[in-house]
Amino acid sequence: MRLRVLYFGVLKDIFGRDGEEVELPAGSSVEMLTKMLRERARGGSIAADDLWRSVAVAVNQEYVQGAVVLQDRDEVALLPPVSGGWDEVWG
Amino acid sequence: MQIAITRDVIESARIMEEMKAGSDGAVCLFDGIVRNNTRGRQTLFLDYEAYEVMALQQMKGLAAEAIAKFGVRDVALVHRLGRLEIGESSVLIVVASAHRGAAFDACRWLIDTLKKTVPIWKKEQFVDGAVWADGEPFPEEIVPAAVVEG
Repeated sequence: MRLRVLYFGVLKDIFGRDGEEVELPAGSSVEMLTKMLRERARGGSIAADDLWRSVAVAVNQEYVQGAVVLQDRDEVALLPPVSGGWDEVWG
Repeated sequence: MQIAITRDVIESARIMEEMKAGSDGAVCLFDGIVRNNTRGRQTLFLDYEAYEVMALQQMKGLAAEAIAKFGVRDVALVHRLGRLEIGESSVLIVVASAHRGAAFDACRWLIDTLKKTVPIWKKEQFVDGAVWADGEPFPEEIVPAAVVEG
């Protein structure tokens, strides 16, 4: 099956693009996709483990857990911790 | 509800006036602006970007949830994207309510929750380079176990 994968924030810099088409066997889960992408990022020598521990995934604009099974043509977004709004640390 | 993502200047005063109705006793406004430094490091400007379709959906959901949860009458939620200079508004929240307590509580809850769950990111441009701002961790129910174990 074919998926549309989108990268945001720092992940866009790590993958060097804002999205791509990814082929995976039918029945693959979100977890299988994220593991595959993480290995690929590591191959590019950027092993930001702390970042990967905090990445969330949305399928067709809804946050999902890792066990969710993907469907052909799904739009899967990898989302680093969000930082919209204003900054509270010193605000 | 007035929910929007824009690349233009946020017209705070106009939006606040539009939000007022006869049954309101209070309007609470939160205006998030670009500060000139992060932990003492001088900021030149910020670039905001979003997963727009989803961000808008999440913002609508939050506004509806705030109305149900705090019993306020109406909510406006506007976020700006693109390049913002020091002092410009990145986010505006307006809550209109019969009573001030609910308006304050809803306003505070909206900005705190927005910052954790709405997919918007900012890149900070400093005099000596640019970095993606650290986000707050996602609430536990959002981060998938998949990526944790990868």
